[in-house]
Amino acid sequence: MGVGITVENLNAWFGKHHALHDVSMIADANKCTAIIGPSGCGKSTFIRCLNRMHEVIPEARATGSVRVGEVDIYNGTSAVQVRRRVGMVFQRPNPFPSMTVFDNVAAGLKLNGIAPGKKELEELVERALRGAALWDEVKDTMKKKSGASLSGGQQQRLCIARTMAVEPEVVLMDEPCSALDPISTGKIEELIFQLKEKFTIVIVTHNMQQAARVAEFTGFFLMGRLIEFDRTEKVFTKPSDKRTEDYITGRFG
Amino acid sequence: MARALNQQVAPLPFGRKLSDWAATFIAASCVVLVLAPLLAIFGYLLYKGFGALNFDFLTKTPAPPGEIGGGMANAIAGSVLILGLASAIGVPVGIGSGIYLSEYGRGSRFGNLIRFTSDVLNGVPSIIIGITAYALVVLTRGHFSALAGGVALGIMMIPTITRTTEEMLLLVPHSLREAAYGLGVSKWRTTVSVTLRTATSGVITGCMLAFARIAGETAPLLFTVFGNTYWNWNLDQPTAALPLQIFSYAISPYDDWHRQAWAGALILIILIVFSVAAVRIAVSRGTLGSVQ
Repeated sequence: MGVGITVENLNAWFGKHHALHDVSMIADANKCTAIIGPSGCGKSTFIRCLNRMHEVIPEARATGSVRVGEVDIYNGTSAVQVRRRVGMVFQRPNPFPSMTVFDNVAAGLKLNGIAPGKKELEELVERALRGAALWDEVKDTMKKKSGASLSGGQQQRLCIARTMAVEPEVVLMDEPCSALDPISTGKIEELIFQLKEKFTIVIVTHNMQQAARVAEFTGFFLMGRLIEFDRTEKVFTKPSDKRTEDYITGRFG
Repeated sequence: MARALNQQVAPLPFGRKLSDWAATFIAASCVVLVLAPLLAIFGYLLYKGFGALNFDFLTKTPAPPGEIGGGMANAIAGSVLILGLASAIGVPVGIGSGIYLSEYGRGSRFGNLIRFTSDVLNGVPSIIIGITAYALVVLTRGHFSALAGGVALGIMMIPTITRTTEEMLLLVPHSLREAAYGLGVSKWRTTVSVTLRTATSGVITGCMLAFARIAGETAPLLFTVFGNTYWNWNLDQPTAALPLQIFSYAISPYDDWHRQAWAGALILIILIVFSVAAVRIAVSRGTLGSVQ
């Protein structure tokens, strides 16, 4: 089951550059929340703060409070523990090229030292691959072929399967379709609808139609600030801020 | 666009054809220039050394001066022992410091210091590294030993392996590390099971380069392993080594020893080629796809 995320007064920096200013919002459990905005507005930085991936970059830091369920991830937990509960799918598919398709899905369990017995692991991998709508395409070759040998769309679904296999509560998606063709994009969007039953999803997207299709809530970022956050229909039909309206109608960005 | 499709493609002007041909020719000549000395050396070694190769050469210890026959079995075994020891020291230390430079010490003052030191160490003449091992091991133990030779050659392997490991790990895209972090994998585990594993073949190439470079070293062995005309398996005792044996046989006054020196050189080359090839094959079977 997913859990909600509550963000309060989140600020993020890259060195001296102040990238996020006082962002506060709530992402409901088992809902999809979309983050839109022009390039460089802090969308990716924002979701990378939700699983403490932001601090992986040298000299990057963040302050404020992000609660995943009841746990404040910036207070008293380790980044590693946070990331086991909050998984991430990246902009470019990044399967591990040195591992087979099977091992890619099993990677999270194996590398965390929580791999169950062989039979149970096979079941888990199958469930994850089915969940990511990839099972039928790879079931015969998954133990021979490298994860990098799949097509771009398949690789991205493999990355989703890999994330699902560790059973997180929240899945963050950083423009998961921007490197994919429309057919693969369609498959991933269908997937998002199913994934909502199990996880809370926060998705960054450049594609406003996509946000409108998959998300219940939408947040609009501009210059590192959360300008507007509301139900998706409201944001796209009756935005309360002039800047949101300008962006959505294509007047800038 | 439509017009471009209908247009006849004009033939390339002669000048461009000529420069294309010239570039191909120059590149091909360079390949020949690189391969020629290698083939010449190998051919000459085969020509000179193959005649002296026989069963005795591979199984017997050296004959007393003036006598015909005997072999270099103890020197071959000694070389294998010393090279194994050197790799046991050089490979883990080199890979470890390469990991540090690429994953932990990036941009830090200490990391830069290590990188600089490693480059300097790479330029230190091998005889000086031999003297260092002499002072560190031979003087403190009170006698020459295989161990001292292994330490000297091991030190020589470290800078090459360190820098190639660092470069190969840097080639692994950052996104793979982030993928592992995103699964809640710790940094150390990510480094070993994702980053290093992806760079395996490049790192192995670095190790093999270092190995091939030290396998023929003679100078650092002169006052570390010292040489021995008998069998020795004790790491704490003077040991025979192929380069040393070749050296002393080549400057001897006996014709038979000269022929054996050629055979020894041939065996040394074969030893290097085979170990490099064996490791390459073993690694390529064990890995799927990786950087490089």
